[in-house]
Amino acid sequence: MKQENQGKRIRKKNHPTEKRRSFGKNITLYRDDYIMLLPGLIYFLIFAYAPLWGLIIAFQDYYPLKGIFGSQFVGLKHFKKLFTDPFFARVFKNTIIISVYKFIFGFPAPILLALCINEIKAMRFKKTMQSISYLPHFLSWVVVSGIMVEFLSPSRGPINVLIKALGMDPIFFIADKRYFRGMLVMTDMWKSIGWGSIIYLSSIASVDQEIYEAAMIDGAGRFKRIIHITLPALVPLLTIMLIMESGKLLNDSFQQVYNFLTPTTEEVGDVISTFVYRKGILQMNYSFSTAVNLTKNIISFVMVVIANTIANRVNEYALW
Amino acid sequence: MKDTSRVEKNKIKKNTEDWVIDIISYFVVILLAITIILPFLQVITISVSPSRVVNSFGFHLYPKEFDFSGYKTILQAPSFWKSYGNTVLRTVIGTSLSILITAMTAYPLSHVHLPYRRGIMKFIVFTMYFSGGMIPFYLLIKAIGLYNNFLVYIIPGMLSAYNLIIVRNYYMNIPDTLEESARIDGAGNWRILFQIMMPLSKPVLATVSLWVAVYHWNAWTDNMLYVTKKELFVVQYVLQTILKSGKTQDMEMTTDVVVHTETMKMAALILTLIPIVCVYPFIQKYFVKGIMVGSVKG
Repeated sequence: MKQENQGKRIRKKNHPTEKRRSFGKNITLYRDDYIMLLPGLIYFLIFAYAPLWGLIIAFQDYYPLKGIFGSQFVGLKHFKKLFTDPFFARVFKNTIIISVYKFIFGFPAPILLALCINEIKAMRFKKTMQSISYLPHFLSWVVVSGIMVEFLSPSRGPINVLIKALGMDPIFFIADKRYFRGMLVMTDMWKSIGWGSIIYLSSIASVDQEIYEAAMIDGAGRFKRIIHITLPALVPLLTIMLIMESGKLLNDSFQQVYNFLTPTTEEVGDVISTFVYRKGILQMNYSFSTAVNLTKNIISFVMVVIANTIANRVNEYALW
Repeated sequence: MKDTSRVEKNKIKKNTEDWVIDIISYFVVILLAITIILPFLQVITISVSPSRVVNSFGFHLYPKEFDFSGYKTILQAPSFWKSYGNTVLRTVIGTSLSILITAMTAYPLSHVHLPYRRGIMKFIVFTMYFSGGMIPFYLLIKAIGLYNNFLVYIIPGMLSAYNLIIVRNYYMNIPDTLEESARIDGAGNWRILFQIMMPLSKPVLATVSLWVAVYHWNAWTDNMLYVTKKELFVVQYVLQTILKSGKTQDMEMTTDVVVHTETMKMAALILTLIPIVCVYPFIQKYFVKGIMVGSVKG
């Protein structure tokens, strides 16, 4: 029986008529495939789709003892509360400002680095520098925050030692409200610039070398070659990256912010995810914090869909 | 790139433009390397210095005096070792299971003729863009009995849509003929997966397993959210507690801690870092390969 099915399947593969078969027949014919798929699908059902069902609690006054079925429905109460909550306005604003800063500074940085790395011709030196630049990507935010707190320390940090040598007061970068967002942007760049440059480097490497040689023969200098060959070659990838990144503006980095945040910097550094953690897990306002999170997820989902649709139109290179 | 360097050598003289570009490029790259190396030098220096030196103002980029009492204190704390062991365990078990289930799920989805394949892919890709968020996930973990359970480190992060798509794309590029001839010889799905597909997809599986392993080594949020039992803590979370307070649970009991907490913090940080930094140079190329594989359209 099994053999027979497999024989059928091989034949069927050459004549794709699956759509005309009934559901039951499709399943039996590809039984082995579906059995293999099953654990994975169950996984997604439980860990990705069951929590979606749990979003109901955003419309309830949820009490753990009563459970989802026993808790009372309150409609949009928590969403109304959210728009009048002064803390929500604050975290929403912080999230957007920090994301915009990260976007403005963090987006071009790996591209510039890729251009610089590409101009270096000493292969061993280049490889070593690349290896060094990728390293921070593999460290956890716990480790990075530990390193940065030490490195930016007012008494031991090299930057502050220099500042003091110039006759100014040392700056407590980690705990100073004025520098906190800048510090988040810088540490994020520190961690991701090298890794982010890889994709641009591979795109540059795929440019046909003959174009460069032809340009050289025509007398184009290195700068002209960068401007007229390398950069235009990056444009398709750049467009996609730009659109995709702009779809992520509401996605804050919980792991980063949580490790750096202190009560003194909460005013400028508290973001949606840290707020949800504090309200939800620590203060057990389950329904309210779920409403906060859901609002964020819906907005960011819409943004990603729009971004991807645009990307799809601009270029065939898109995520779905 | 290689070709231009050859052509570049043919040119005998560099003009001003070449020099300017060279200087800028080298400057940017070296500056970046310095900003990455300096913090590490400082962390290492602090971790081996006596408190007198640590407390003094100025550069601490190389050790002037040695004092390993920070390491000694950390190494004597059983809670640190216990958490280190937990992290090693979750990395090993988590990565193996992750690879197994990723390969298992990816393989049927690489069959172009599998009915409902597009629907299933959409079902999976959707999870990359929309999630229930922190609280429903937390309640789910509690409801299915993973709270304060070692399995909470393994199961919820087992499968990721992104890795799945990368492995599936790789499978799709393996010629069908290999698989079909095996099928005619009577091999079933499992045999084909384990004896043909997985060995053929070693490069991509190596990359994905390295990513997963790094994820496990660096994970701490699952510990913070779902685990309160101290004997189940992972090293990153313990490190976080040490960094935030300067004390581990055992040390709170002993009051005669003479080591400067800063030294101890940095010693703990270094111990957490060592495995990654040690294996990093050897496995780095696999990480990078994966990015290239991942950029293939799904």
